[in-house]
Amino acid sequence: MKKLLLGTCLLASPAFAEGELKVYHWFEYIPEELVQKFEAETGIDVTIDTYDSNEAMLAALKAGKMGQYDVAVPGDYMVKIMGDEGLLDNFAPEDLPNFGNIAPQWLDVPFDPGRHSSIPYQWGSTAFSVNRDVYKDDIGSLGIIFNPPAELQGKINVLDSQGEVLTLGSIYLGIPQCTQDREQLKALNEMLVNAKTHWASFGSDTAKDVLVSGDAAAGMIYNGFSSKARAEGANVEYAFPKEGYVVWMDNVVLLKDAPNRDNALKFMNFLLDPENAAAVTNYAAYSAGVTGVEPFLDDEIRNSPENNPPADQKGFFIEACDEETQKLYDAVWTNLKK
Amino acid sequence: MAGPGPSGASGDATYAGLVRPLLLPTWAVVGILMVLPVCLMAVYSFLTKEFRGGVIWDFTLAAYDQFFITRGLFGDEPARIEWTYIGIFWRSIWQAGLATLLCLFIGFPTAWFIATRPARSRGVWLFLITIPYWVNLLIRTVSLKFLIRETGPLNESLMAIGLIDTPLPLVNTNLAVQLGLFYSYLPFMVLPIYAAVERYNFALSEAAADLYASRLATLREVVLPVVKPGIVAGCILVFVPSLGAFLAPDLLGGAKTFMLGSLIDEQFKGSQGNWPFGAAVAMILMTLVMTVLILYARAQARGARR
Amino acid sequence: MKGVRHYPGFLAMTIICLVVLYAPLAVVAVYSFNGSTSITQWGGVSLRWYGDVFTGPEAGRFGQAAWNSLTIALIASTAATAIATAAALAMIRGGVFRGRQASFALINLPLMVPEIVIAVSTLIFFSTIGLTTGYLTILLAHLTFCIPFAYLPIAARLEGIEGHYEQAARDLYATRAQAFRLILLPLMMPGIVSGWLLAFIISLDDFIITNFVKGAGMETLPTAIFGSVKQGIKPNIMAISTLMLGVSVLFVTAAYLINRKGQKTP
Repeated sequence: MKKLLLGTCLLASPAFAEGELKVYHWFEYIPEELVQKFEAETGIDVTIDTYDSNEAMLAALKAGKMGQYDVAVPGDYMVKIMGDEGLLDNFAPEDLPNFGNIAPQWLDVPFDPGRHSSIPYQWGSTAFSVNRDVYKDDIGSLGIIFNPPAELQGKINVLDSQGEVLTLGSIYLGIPQCTQDREQLKALNEMLVNAKTHWASFGSDTAKDVLVSGDAAAGMIYNGFSSKARAEGANVEYAFPKEGYVVWMDNVVLLKDAPNRDNALKFMNFLLDPENAAAVTNYAAYSAGVTGVEPFLDDEIRNSPENNPPADQKGFFIEACDEETQKLYDAVWTNLKK
Repeated sequence: MAGPGPSGASGDATYAGLVRPLLLPTWAVVGILMVLPVCLMAVYSFLTKEFRGGVIWDFTLAAYDQFFITRGLFGDEPARIEWTYIGIFWRSIWQAGLATLLCLFIGFPTAWFIATRPARSRGVWLFLITIPYWVNLLIRTVSLKFLIRETGPLNESLMAIGLIDTPLPLVNTNLAVQLGLFYSYLPFMVLPIYAAVERYNFALSEAAADLYASRLATLREVVLPVVKPGIVAGCILVFVPSLGAFLAPDLLGGAKTFMLGSLIDEQFKGSQGNWPFGAAVAMILMTLVMTVLILYARAQARGARR
Repeated sequence: MKGVRHYPGFLAMTIICLVVLYAPLAVVAVYSFNGSTSITQWGGVSLRWYGDVFTGPEAGRFGQAAWNSLTIALIASTAATAIATAAALAMIRGGVFRGRQASFALINLPLMVPEIVIAVSTLIFFSTIGLTTGYLTILLAHLTFCIPFAYLPIAARLEGIEGHYEQAARDLYATRAQAFRLILLPLMMPGIVSGWLLAFIISLDDFIITNFVKGAGMETLPTAIFGSVKQGIKPNIMAISTLMLGVSVLFVTAAYLINRKGQKTP
């Protein structure tokens, strides 16, 4: 595999002219105007490809796309996985003049202590939203998704993302992540299989659209995506369930063998500028991991219910399991979707 | 034009001396870019998976073992037959089969109707049937999804004329997937049946009618045996692509259950990143399709001899 | 006489068949002219989404994708047609030779192997030999599966051309090359053109295989549309779909007319 990657890079590098930047990014996650601003400031030509789950991005990179992209935007646990797999390159804080803008609590993160290969992009949470025209009662529990009331049965969309579904399921049952305990895993498996009979569809990139169009009345969703659904006219409320929810941070990483390393660093530095980080937040409706963004934020973003969880809530990061444990979770996921 | 062989070589052999150079490009392109990759895929299906995508060059039967045999969620129970993937296969076969039947049900009368038009208008009818096939499958699938969604034109108009009170939940069901497959491959059913019916000698039907056979009896006893090859060809042309279909289950079925296409896709682009297993599933799918095609070719050869 | 040909209800079935085939396309074509930003509400007839396709925020992406699609289809279908023409000459005018059956199977192989299998095996192949996925890999994959589509009409046409036209030319001391260029090629032309058109459309339309072998930042129209559609059907997608639909219909109609005209002359 290593040799293969090396061969790929040797073939790839001469094809890329100076002044390019290839970004591998989540769908609908960066405003077009911001990309244009970067292009205008630097004269660098930016190409963006999109993916819809951390795992899909990793799979594509390992399937021969390493050496083609300069930066990607993996979530927290995926930064750790990619680092362990040797897919990331390091930079020094001096490479990024704006390095000091990183908010202190996001500097020494467990998935990249001291920030040697990643910078914060946005952080937010994953729980679920409910169409309040359809269901008016209390939505403070993950049971809305995993043991839904009659009004919502058959009208639920679930993210097509193994990590998020299995982690939320574990939180609902109160069992730890990356467990090898057979009783706990069996319980998780059974609970999900039963819950699936009430679900209408699996979709990550469609998660907002199904709520806006009314195809689904409730759906697992990221907080910012839910506030976008609200902004597009859907009467949806984002829930912070009492059992807990998933918190995540997406990070811009410098990829190994990046064909345009210098431009990648310029791009990362650009994104650490508070005004630019705020532009992303205003667009994606999550929260920036950069200090000094507040003056640039739109009011409705700053005060949005999706970005301001009640004080007593608990968020969990998704953990990266080892290979043996991951096999068990893979089996649960396949069994769920068979 | 009395040529030997089923594929119509004419007696004319002007280019007999040039056969090798003329066929060389085909052999080179299809050989290198299709036969070789498929062989390589067969090799991959016997390799060891690397954690989260990629392969290690150690030969193993692990992928096939995973497909056919289960040892429980934890791998420590006695080995049993794994029904999960066989179930996915079975569902794909079943979905494709139902779509094929649906195509036959609509396609046969259509083909018959067209074949019995005056020669002049036949071409136009056929043209009408084939046009949608050339329109991008993705676009057709998306169109269908738009048409049948809960707030889509179909439900809205049915509700407007008072036929139903609540919208029919069509999207994200097995029915939607079958509809999608049916819609995708319908022209494949009409064309071969049309070709068979067009060659059918209607004097046979007249003779049957003279002998007081009912219409239905004539259709069953006289027509069907003669046009059967066309029907079989149509069924294969619908069934085979339906089996590996990816777009219809993904867009219309709500990605809720794996079909063969999405199961393979998941191994390469999705969370599981198990290349050898994806290659093994693809090998099994191809074996199945090739078996159907070979059985068909055999049956045809037998029919031709008779 | 009419009795045995006519079965009651078959006309109705034919009409159902055509409605099923055309209704979704018609609906999308109609809604592409919807002036509203919502796809479910009708906001009057308007061309705004067609404008959006060419000038809107996604115009750059779609424009690049359309350019990739067109150039790939152009190169792949032209090369495939040349290869298929040579193959048809050998298969139809090559007499009986060893490996004829195998060659026939090989030409048609891309039609018989399920698309997803072709996609997976091609990806594995390119990744093993270390070829970077991108424009070239898409082009090579397209070239392969275009061959049978170009071959079928060319071979059918060639089968219908009697040998004595060339024979007459050869009797008048034309070389084989001259006979081919001056006699056979013009006679084959309708088949070649319709084969080329079909290959072009097939390449333009491919999604599954392209999706597997495309590289960084590399989109064709179908993959770009799929990317957008996954997030919901938007009005500009309907406009671009209708445009593609128009191109397809135009090409197939041309193939059909050229072929029919060809059948009237010898």
